[in-house]
Amino acid sequence: MNLFVEPFVNNIFMQRALIAGILVSISCGIVGTYVVLRGLAFIGDALAHGVLPGIAVAMLLGIPGIYGAALGAVVMIAGISLITRKSRLSSDTAIGLLFVGMLALGVVIVSRSNSFSGDIVRVLFGEILGIDNQAVIIQLIATLVIGVTAWICARPFLLLCFSPEQAQVAGFSAKLYHNIMLALIALAVIVSFQTVGTLLVFGMLLAPAGTGALIARRIEAMIAWAAGIGSISVYFGLLISYYFNLAAGSTIVLVAVTIFFVVLTAKNIQESRKQTVGQPNHG
Amino acid sequence: MANSSLPISKPSDVLVYARNLDIGYRNETIVANMAFELKRGQSLALVGVNGSGKSTLLKTLVGLLPPLRGELEVVGAQPGKTPRQIAYVSQFHTSGFILPLPAIDAVRMGRYADHGLLGQMGQEDEELVRESMQRMEIAYLADQSLRSLSGGQQQRVYIAQALAKRADLLVLDEPTGGLDAAGKELYQTAIQEELKRGASLVVATHDIQDAIACDIAMLLARKVVAYGIGREIITPDALLEAFGIVITLNEQNHRLTVVEREHGHGHGEDHEHR
Repeated sequence: MNLFVEPFVNNIFMQRALIAGILVSISCGIVGTYVVLRGLAFIGDALAHGVLPGIAVAMLLGIPGIYGAALGAVVMIAGISLITRKSRLSSDTAIGLLFVGMLALGVVIVSRSNSFSGDIVRVLFGEILGIDNQAVIIQLIATLVIGVTAWICARPFLLLCFSPEQAQVAGFSAKLYHNIMLALIALAVIVSFQTVGTLLVFGMLLAPAGTGALIARRIEAMIAWAAGIGSISVYFGLLISYYFNLAAGSTIVLVAVTIFFVVLTAKNIQESRKQTVGQPNHG
Repeated sequence: MANSSLPISKPSDVLVYARNLDIGYRNETIVANMAFELKRGQSLALVGVNGSGKSTLLKTLVGLLPPLRGELEVVGAQPGKTPRQIAYVSQFHTSGFILPLPAIDAVRMGRYADHGLLGQMGQEDEELVRESMQRMEIAYLADQSLRSLSGGQQQRVYIAQALAKRADLLVLDEPTGGLDAAGKELYQTAIQEELKRGASLVVATHDIQDAIACDIAMLLARKVVAYGIGREIITPDALLEAFGIVITLNEQNHRLTVVEREHGHGHGEDHEHR
């Protein structure tokens, strides 16, 4: 039993990592649920990488990366909405180009710095074991903001998942609440880059919420499952990385993705058993 | 005539009022210069092929598309300004299959417009929700996930959602698509009750019989081919213009007969019609 608790009792950095990781799981669980249900995965991915040049500039200027990340996210959201409105190309092509362009720009900027590879790895994969109290507090505030906003907007968000047209007809501006949703995704991405990094935050957005979608029967339950599975992934990911000396952020995401595929397989087996028993629900 | 500043003289029981109305998308007018009105308790059927402007008109009525030109008043205001008074069932529900949502929660959404962001739903709302589900005979599916239901069952849920709203105006886009015979009958009964209650109905339909059952019918083919009392305006000539085919309705055996297609070839296909 001690094996499961000791690393966290004896090491303050492991405690901080666990708390920050659970907070990331809660915010990504809420936001990721809407990303999965509304098919916004690609926008989420683009946002996660679009913040890179902002962080790079901040690093070069010696200011906290989070400000740069925020600026990068604002540019990315503005770019996405401009391109989807003005371009005749399908939005995924436009978003894809914007995302690759921003990623390349980020790498170009970081390559100016002396410790290039160290910096880029830190930004992409986070340093959950090296975060300080201030980062944990920022993460806590962001999680509260995301939680309260999602609670207030629960009805229009549910309607948007159901049908943006029904949201509009029910008197909730589909555009306004879509933009609030994008802002929440951006916030989750911005504050999570210090813990799991910009590359892996995407995994924390999708994997636990994807698992939740397979299990839950209500959207609230899906959020709870996502946050819970994310937190379990953080705990076991940290533990595994501690004992086997692996990269912590990546191990956490790997656990979350593994859980997703295990549940998916179990669900498929369950479904095919149901079908062989033979009582289709349709008719 | 196209002057929108002309004084409007319309009785207070008019729920939808359109004059010189052009509908369509930003760069494309679909139907121009429409004029029609709908009184409280009346029903209007829109008939036409795909792309004829039926859905465009419905979307304009509920405020999803802005009118391109002319005058349009819906429940005493601009379209989209009275969300509590208008219920809408659209043709396509894209996300019904991923969203984890029990059928009863989907019907509850019909009450959201009345309560806004944070208003508490009460006993009265729950009763309306239950009653609407009973009217479509889906009360037994209340706790089942929407994504596990068949297409026809889902369509009943969407209709129940619209009924739960207790709207003044029901705007329905091919609501009987996917419904079985029993579902269609429940739908017809529910609509008759809604009209009796004083609600009005605008419905897009491919079913000529349904159209004739409405108080007013409008035949669309990217223009208004005919507008008036269904039985009077749905003539073989009007159908030829709207559909490119001649359909005759035999009153005795209730069969629709397709006599002729656009290029004059006789087909004589019989379509049984209940």
